[in-house]
Amino acid sequence: MDTLLQQLINGLTAGSVYAVVALGYTMVYGIIQLINFAHGEVVMIGAMVAFTVINALAPSGLPPLAVVLIGAGCAVPVCMLVGYGMERLAYRPLRHAPRLAPLITAIGVSIILQHVALMIWSRNVLAFPQIIPSRTYFIGGAAISSVQIAILAICLALMAGLAALVYRTPLGTAMRATAQNAQVAGLMGIDINRVIAITFVIGAALGAIAGVLFGTYYGLAQYTMGSVLGLKAFSAAVLGGIGNIPGAMLGGVLLGVVEALGAGYIGDLTDLCQWGLPLAACEGGGSFTLFGSNYQDVFAFLVLILVLVLRPQGLLGERVGERA
Amino acid sequence: MHSFFDSRKRPWLIWAGFTLIALSLALLPFALAQVGTSWVRIANYAILYVLLALGLNIVVGFAGLLDLGYIAFYAVGAYTYALLASPQFNLHLPFWAILPIGAGVAAFFGAILGAPTLKLRGDYLAIVTLGFGEIIRIFLNNLSRPVNITNGPQGIAGIDPFVLAGFRFDQPIKYYYVLLAIALAIIVITLRLQNSRIGRAWEAIREDEVAARAMGIDTRNLKLLAFAMGASFGGVAGGMFSAIQAFISPESFVLVESIMVVSMVVLGGMGNIWGVILGALLLSFVPEILRWTVTPVQEALFGRLVVEPEVIRMLLFGLALVLVMLFRPAGLLPSAVRKRELEGHGA
Repeated sequence: MDTLLQQLINGLTAGSVYAVVALGYTMVYGIIQLINFAHGEVVMIGAMVAFTVINALAPSGLPPLAVVLIGAGCAVPVCMLVGYGMERLAYRPLRHAPRLAPLITAIGVSIILQHVALMIWSRNVLAFPQIIPSRTYFIGGAAISSVQIAILAICLALMAGLAALVYRTPLGTAMRATAQNAQVAGLMGIDINRVIAITFVIGAALGAIAGVLFGTYYGLAQYTMGSVLGLKAFSAAVLGGIGNIPGAMLGGVLLGVVEALGAGYIGDLTDLCQWGLPLAACEGGGSFTLFGSNYQDVFAFLVLILVLVLRPQGLLGERVGERA
Repeated sequence: MHSFFDSRKRPWLIWAGFTLIALSLALLPFALAQVGTSWVRIANYAILYVLLALGLNIVVGFAGLLDLGYIAFYAVGAYTYALLASPQFNLHLPFWAILPIGAGVAAFFGAILGAPTLKLRGDYLAIVTLGFGEIIRIFLNNLSRPVNITNGPQGIAGIDPFVLAGFRFDQPIKYYYVLLAIALAIIVITLRLQNSRIGRAWEAIREDEVAARAMGIDTRNLKLLAFAMGASFGGVAGGMFSAIQAFISPESFVLVESIMVVSMVVLGGMGNIWGVILGALLLSFVPEILRWTVTPVQEALFGRLVVEPEVIRMLLFGLALVLVMLFRPAGLLPSAVRKRELEGHGA
């Protein structure tokens, strides 16, 4: 039971970060049907900027919380600028092009961002300075740290804030209208270009915070962290139903849990000795594990492929027509 | 000017041109060897990329299915060769037996990937193929336990070179001719394929899948065929890569490699065989030329290396993708149909 609860807690923490990143994908997809391939890199840049600032301020004697807040406060505007820039330069000119064209520029933007980051920060891994005193609490035999609690709380607040923005404000109404039918929304007096740009900027800001949280959780940040994180978050968005905001939240949390449980149990489940096979390796309580927890990253992709094949509209998504 | 080079009036011009190209291709490695032996190696890799780009072009250019995990088939081919001709399992099959096996295994993987995913819309398919590529790489990295198949991240070393009737292909210059021969064969195959019944059906699917199906084209099987054929080319290229390198590890089959091949196809012109070849050659050679010029220039200007050539290479790939899509969406040498489609007329 301890393992189950422990993996659930770890999965929820990672999953809530995936959910915040997935929101960035799903908002953009919802509004212009573009897989913003470069979103993972925005998250990475957020983490790198924040870590640089935090590392610079760590010895200054400021209270740790203030240091982290300043770090995140620097990361958010930088990422917003990056998000705006890529929409303006790489995606807007292609808004009426065939679907694959902006996807291909998105891949290009992602490579450019990743290697610009490599130029700025080199290949080194930035470590998160141990400034936050982490306390560990125990619930029913499983440990949860104060950092995990903080991450869960911040992610929940972000999701609630975004939901309020999208469903309760005029801007949110404009965003939803543009997502439904950009042309008609334009006729109704909505400045579509502005709404789309704002969507990118909000997604990037969320991504920046998610980057800081993710980096804090794992204690490090590197220029390559964006691609896998981005893919997982995208899988989460697809799992929930891409374009659907509550879906992205659900998908993120579910994916985190599936991944954690999968990594926690796959070793036991694929241990041939547990299945009673008479193998030489099993004698004396040995094990013959086919797949260990090092296959953790496979789960996100498997979930992605399974969802797309079995239920392409995702858990909460609506059915999309066949014609692209 | 125009009338003199009109090939209908002077058919010998075509043959003269062919002879000239053939001669220069045959003599190229000797010229390159004068500059430095590493350039022969670079030429070999350029041809390998031509093979990959031509294979991916079948999937992306002909059938219009964006595959972002293409390097997985290259990996499958490379590992098939490595496992059947190295001390890993102490198997040493001859290359002419392994290359077809590699192509077959890769085609099989292509079909496995294609079967469940081909009903997906274009951009979803792209992401699923990307995920597939990553899964293959994760497996290559981890299939060293409990039974050691791939030797994990350490990779497989001591892979046999090609041996034909006692003649060992142990130098880059010897492989150059093998690669050239395979590249020519594949060019001929793809050219013939493009104008065949199958090629026209792929084009129809790419232009409008629903209409193609209504015309009686078996879209599912033809898309599967595109995946399998593209994959088999990747498998052959992978086998060659194994033999030339004599060492492979999962490092060589990362996502970036897939994207590099996509860049080559996109830059050159999706669907146009000559364009794709041009794209592959450009994106193979230009970064190498940069590598040789950028380092001394930077050292002269700043006294040290500011930007690594590898970074410049990747920036070049990224920029190629963005700029081509923005300003010349059909590529440097566009195929006629693709051009029309991407410029939005009649598509």
